[in-house]
Amino acid sequence: MNRRVVVTGIGVMAPGGSGVEEFWDLISSGRTATRPITAFDATGYRSRIAAECDFDPLAHGLTPREVRRMDRAAQLATAATREALRNSGIAEAGIAPHRIGVSLGSAVGCSVSLEEEYAVVSDSGRKWLVDHAYTSPHLFNYFVPGSLAAEVAWAGGAEGPAAVISDGCTSGLDALGHAADLIREGTVDVVLAGGTDAPISPITVACFDAIKATTPRNDDPEHASRPFDRTRNGFVLAEGAAVLVLEEYEHARRRGARILAEFAGFGTRSNAYHMTGLRTDGREMAEAIRIALEQGRVAPESIGYVNAHGSGTKQNDIHETSAVKRSLGEHARQTPMSSIKSMVGHSLGAIGAIEVAACVLAMQHDLLPPTANLHEPDPACDLDYIPNTAREKRVDAVLSIGSGFGGFQSAVVLTRPERTAA
Amino acid sequence: MTGKAVVTGLGVIAPNGVGTKEYWTALLRGHSGIRPIERFDPSGYPTRLAGEVPEDAFSAADHVPRRLLPQTDRVTRMALAATDWAFADAAVDPADLPDFEMGVATANSAGGYEFGQRELQNLWGSGPEYVSAYQSFAWFYAVNTGQISIRNGLRGPSAALVTEQAGGLDALGHSRRSIRKGTALMVSGAMDSSLCPWGWIAHQSTGLLSTRPDPEQAYLPFSELACGHLPGEGGAILVLEEAGRVRDRIARGATTQVYGEIAGYAATFDPPPDSDRPDTLRRAAELALADAGAEPGEVDVVFADAAGNPAADEAEARALRELFGERGVPVAAPKALTGRLGSGGAALDVATALLSLRDQVIPPAGPVTAAADRHGIDLVVGAPRSARLRTALVLARGHGGFNSALVLRTPA
Amino acid sequence: MSEAVQEPLSLEDLVTVLRESAGEDEEVDLSGDIADVPFSDLGYDSLALLETAGRVQRQYGIVLDDEAMAAAETPRLFLTAVNEVLCGAASNAG
Repeated sequence: MNRRVVVTGIGVMAPGGSGVEEFWDLISSGRTATRPITAFDATGYRSRIAAECDFDPLAHGLTPREVRRMDRAAQLATAATREALRNSGIAEAGIAPHRIGVSLGSAVGCSVSLEEEYAVVSDSGRKWLVDHAYTSPHLFNYFVPGSLAAEVAWAGGAEGPAAVISDGCTSGLDALGHAADLIREGTVDVVLAGGTDAPISPITVACFDAIKATTPRNDDPEHASRPFDRTRNGFVLAEGAAVLVLEEYEHARRRGARILAEFAGFGTRSNAYHMTGLRTDGREMAEAIRIALEQGRVAPESIGYVNAHGSGTKQNDIHETSAVKRSLGEHARQTPMSSIKSMVGHSLGAIGAIEVAACVLAMQHDLLPPTANLHEPDPACDLDYIPNTAREKRVDAVLSIGSGFGGFQSAVVLTRPERTAA
Repeated sequence: MTGKAVVTGLGVIAPNGVGTKEYWTALLRGHSGIRPIERFDPSGYPTRLAGEVPEDAFSAADHVPRRLLPQTDRVTRMALAATDWAFADAAVDPADLPDFEMGVATANSAGGYEFGQRELQNLWGSGPEYVSAYQSFAWFYAVNTGQISIRNGLRGPSAALVTEQAGGLDALGHSRRSIRKGTALMVSGAMDSSLCPWGWIAHQSTGLLSTRPDPEQAYLPFSELACGHLPGEGGAILVLEEAGRVRDRIARGATTQVYGEIAGYAATFDPPPDSDRPDTLRRAAELALADAGAEPGEVDVVFADAAGNPAADEAEARALRELFGERGVPVAAPKALTGRLGSGGAALDVATALLSLRDQVIPPAGPVTAAADRHGIDLVVGAPRSARLRTALVLARGHGGFNSALVLRTPA
Repeated sequence: MSEAVQEPLSLEDLVTVLRESAGEDEEVDLSGDIADVPFSDLGYDSLALLETAGRVQRQYGIVLDDEAMAAAETPRLFLTAVNEVLCGAASNAG
């Protein structure tokens, strides 16, 4: 039994536009969605810029009751799920609910709602013994963000295994990897898989300020996220969600589904080094890449595009460049690689899934999204980072990689649907 | 390589016993860890009892390097200590194994919540510059997995799962999959602790907590007097190894034990609350048994989720009756002596079930004197019950609709 | 806020703040002559130093320069960078 996993639907809620089309339009044109924070008054913070979603939950079909119940991360995930359901056609395919699973990545869960609630019950930080008289009836759902997976399961009528995978900034990639395992082993035929995070709230902005991980380039928000550029000085915080319909290949073929790509391989390793730091050698990420290639039976030389973690911190850029060279060898120099975080920022546990969605779209359109704001390449980063302008290229296999706080290093390999059918 | 995952090490922190031996002795003697909250002043809240681990029973400074204390919440300190104990119990020094062949998958419900409250308080009360540099990871859900990996040099596949109480089983199911895929050793299980005011009101907001003031009467799962549950803190960290590797290790003279095999696992998710479709706990149990290749009749004991509120107790009892028949299998609910520990509770139930398999005895459900007749279950109450035990089923339900089931078997 | 002339931060003060904000490696003796021992040898990483610098900023009401602090690899360099700001701020205020 050799069950293969394919992508049959995509939903994306990313900064700069709602839905897959607007997302692709933004990243393929090299425009950026980074701007001054509007979610709250960020005066007094070190980094006051973010990539925010102009997202109207009601316009995406959520009811007022759902909006009251859901944290923003759940709203974004639900909207992305509904888009993915629509374009995959699985809702009409009559699939038994217990053969559908959910695997959703999120690094910080329902942090916006938790913080709003805290401000109220603590009287803006005056009371340690917070007041239970003012709590929302939904507080427990924010407290344990398994509720995010619950919302996706309800939106998709799923009764198979459901989980939130919370591996810091590799959550999105790891949730997809987990989903693929569930399908390969035969537990389910379909998984609604992806990631969501809505972290633009005072506590999260402040905690990244404290470690100077985010950029303080407040005077030039559109050009603030500069992966691989000599002048980069931190990432731009973002929000967003992407949900992919992963499906067993024969199952998809039998129902006549449109197959967008094969989810060919996944690998993950830990650096066991530091909760936030990276070594320069990229050893663990290289191993994750090697595992993903091996599982997908894809030779390093077949990789036509690398979607980088490219967060815009110096240590990442060097770590990741080393990892790609270590795993792809000489071929690394001929492989275009870009970071869409230059345009849509870094949405923590969501971005891995958003980036895999970008990879699927890049293969569909034979067009590789660029790294925006790359004008002065860092001499220490000596690969081809597709500066500023998208590049037309037909690719047969792509690699998407990510690093997360906690030491997580993950890699996903996707291939063209023609390869699956052959 | 067999691809089978067996448990060789346990590290336990429970309200009624810190350390495997202390906990197991307390359970068999019926000693409860339910007590008035001391971590903060609970007098202003309707529920004032919890399964709190006393400060003198777990003093973090005795177990965790001083460099790690400022950057860790209590939950992570517990997880790090329990990991050390689990490795010692398994007689494994992680330095002896290739780093990529060892991973960590733990579950978590709310992260380092007390740490998080302190930083929210700093931010809202004093200003953003008062937020700690450690806040970026000390509170988040992956913190235990990350810190365990770093402290022990585990560079294999790692993950953190969030499915509330079900998480303790889901982490073990995830780890078993990693072993099947070729990883030699996984540190797994779960630890939870959110006994701070901010965590407390989140628990209370469900309306599911008991407000009875008597520790002996407050949390009585399956009882006619069931009136809600009490949260607690703690859990269990387990060392899982590939069975063939353990055999080789023992053949070379290692003095370890095999507590049991994780023989089956499954998870399901309930339909929405307003649906007329049935809940899916029974299916989770059936799928886990099928995964283990076991018939219901082979199950010698079930460790129940034991929610402690009448409707949820009845839903679980119904699933048990449908699967095993009226009073068809002994049911254990040791949670009655600890409270519900979030994802840590399910991991602790697995540790408890393994100890039951080892000693061929089922612990009693603490202060519960009898299951309500209408439940039709054979709840073990009063005193430990000796029995021939080969196969145990552990059930867990997470808030919102998560159901997980795990089958344990004694070593062949 | 009017303040008296600020005393410079001493090595002893710094050790106190380090212990509070980042703990203390069991293998290291912080009471010895550590002024020129790299922080990495004392068991402190960049995160520990960020936390320490944050605490110094709050306790003394000063703003430290990111790059100057990042370059301060020993207690002596750390103190120099802090005291330039601390004593400069104090004399300006006076």
